[in-house]
Amino acid sequence: MNLIKISWANIKDKKLNSFLSVLLLTLGIGMISLLLLLNKQLDEQFRRNIKGIDMVVGAKGSPLQLILSSIYQIDAPTGNVPLSEVNKLKMNPFVKTVIPLSMGDNYQGYRIVGTTPTYVKHFEAAVGTGKLFEKPLEVTLGSKVAGATGLKVGDTFASAHGLDGEGDEHGDSKYLVVGVFESSGSVIDQLILTDLSSVWAIHDHADAPAHDAEEGEHDHEETMPQPQEREVTSALIQFRNPMGLLALPRQVNANTPMQAALPSIEINRLFSLLGVGIDTLRALAFVIILIAGASVFISLYNSLKERKYEMALMLSMGATRTRLFGMLLLEGLILALLGYVAGVLLSHLGLWLFSQAAEQDFHYSFSSMALLPEELLLLAGALAIGVLAAALPSLGVYRLSISRTLAQD
Amino acid sequence: MITSKDLSFSYSPHKKFSFPDILCNDGEALLILGQSGRGKTTLLHILALLLTPESGDIIIDGHSIRSLSPGQTATVRANKIGIIYQRAHFVSSLTVLENLLLSNYLAGRSQDRNKAAYLADQLGFGEHLSKKTHELSQGEQQRVSIARALMNNPAVILADEPTSNLDDENCQKVVNLLKAQSAQIGASLIVVTHDQRLKDEFSNQISL
Repeated sequence: MNLIKISWANIKDKKLNSFLSVLLLTLGIGMISLLLLLNKQLDEQFRRNIKGIDMVVGAKGSPLQLILSSIYQIDAPTGNVPLSEVNKLKMNPFVKTVIPLSMGDNYQGYRIVGTTPTYVKHFEAAVGTGKLFEKPLEVTLGSKVAGATGLKVGDTFASAHGLDGEGDEHGDSKYLVVGVFESSGSVIDQLILTDLSSVWAIHDHADAPAHDAEEGEHDHEETMPQPQEREVTSALIQFRNPMGLLALPRQVNANTPMQAALPSIEINRLFSLLGVGIDTLRALAFVIILIAGASVFISLYNSLKERKYEMALMLSMGATRTRLFGMLLLEGLILALLGYVAGVLLSHLGLWLFSQAAEQDFHYSFSSMALLPEELLLLAGALAIGVLAAALPSLGVYRLSISRTLAQD
Repeated sequence: MITSKDLSFSYSPHKKFSFPDILCNDGEALLILGQSGRGKTTLLHILALLLTPESGDIIIDGHSIRSLSPGQTATVRANKIGIIYQRAHFVSSLTVLENLLLSNYLAGRSQDRNKAAYLADQLGFGEHLSKKTHELSQGEQQRVSIARALMNNPAVILADEPTSNLDDENCQKVVNLLKAQSAQIGASLIVVTHDQRLKDEFSNQISL
């Protein structure tokens, strides 16, 4: 027999009231915690892959779509642009690196991206087994791709047209797996990387053979394997200095058939679009938590009216008022703690489910186990609400007249 | 042992009670009879240190209670006085056993399960220890509240109308138990009632 046991017995005695209070708190805490987690994970995923990429150029269309497709590999590309235009950018004094990307095929839903070794270097991906692609039709797999498809070094596979895993197969030219990347937590994990020329080689039989219209690029000292008129999907650009940010996008948009999109701006725009929804949900969650506090308050208030005699009885048996007050606070605290634990479990479970779905649809995964510092703050908030909601009605213990209460009834 | 001298109390200037002096030795029993409105419960609450008298003094086990602080009063009440109310009241969320142990806990003593079990057997509700109190009949509840009053071996047992809600059979049972148990631990037993059935059960009587 001690205070905690009595508090717990009281909570159990009013099962439905306690359940309602805990349920409301669970919902409120769960929602806020889930929002915090999602926000953090999305933010992390988005920022990690953005790093160092100052600008993306590609076919005209939605700049957000261009960013999503080229950096995060989750939306459809906007179209193709001539490689020559991309290569011209290399001559620009503001530009440090240009990483061309060519996509359009997949294997079991995993995108095959034609690029140059600079791309790998940029994301600091290390080859785990085998080696990096060198020749056309050689590929190096992201760690997640290797895990999901079971492909190993030495295996061959035929790619499918499109990005969603349901296109026609390119049956006649097969890719050869020459290496697998170590897991790096970046977008590379979910990609199949190959040389730019592979994508052309695969599609050459379908497209009309290349044209010699633009011979100008022969002047450039290219590292591209085939410096003839080709198309790529987009290119990731790194600036030499921040001045490029001011001059280049305008230049590209005005003077070339391409558009320039700035990842930082587009992602901020995306987050501010999402932000409206997130803010609304957060406000809703806070309202639910307030209602939970009111529910704790009301159920304690009501039960205290019924338990007035009990309180007087315990006082007459030697309990101090402070002790009884502590016992009532404890009831609020226990309810708040239960609500918090259930809410956090719920949100992490929710994130885990969301992560499963995202993994399936976008090949992105989120870690759902770690507790955020903000969630500890949430614990403090929940306990404060529990204490406050319990303290207000419980103050009556200090005004209770033992004799009068016991003499009544 | 409990004695009182010149006790008086008033709720308002028009409603003033003066009580006769009381003397009840260890192991003895005293019946205070009085009709409603004569201040029976007020007197009992004063003796139980739940109300502070306007004048007069109470001596429990040789100690005056006049100079006690509220905290000391609570300690004396918890350890020296066992109270039985007209209607048995309990902490409803706790079991019978827990309600008995509560009296040890609140008095700051170690919780004596053996004593609780022993009293329960003596008072005939040994098989109900793990039930909630509202599952028991009125007579059984009153017996549990007697056991609760005995848990700390008090020097004084005060009973306020302990039998008025009971039928004749349970009334007899409760009175016998009260007398037997308080005699057994050598406590002074004071019963305040208007119940005429108890008139012949006590040799020491005071009328209000």
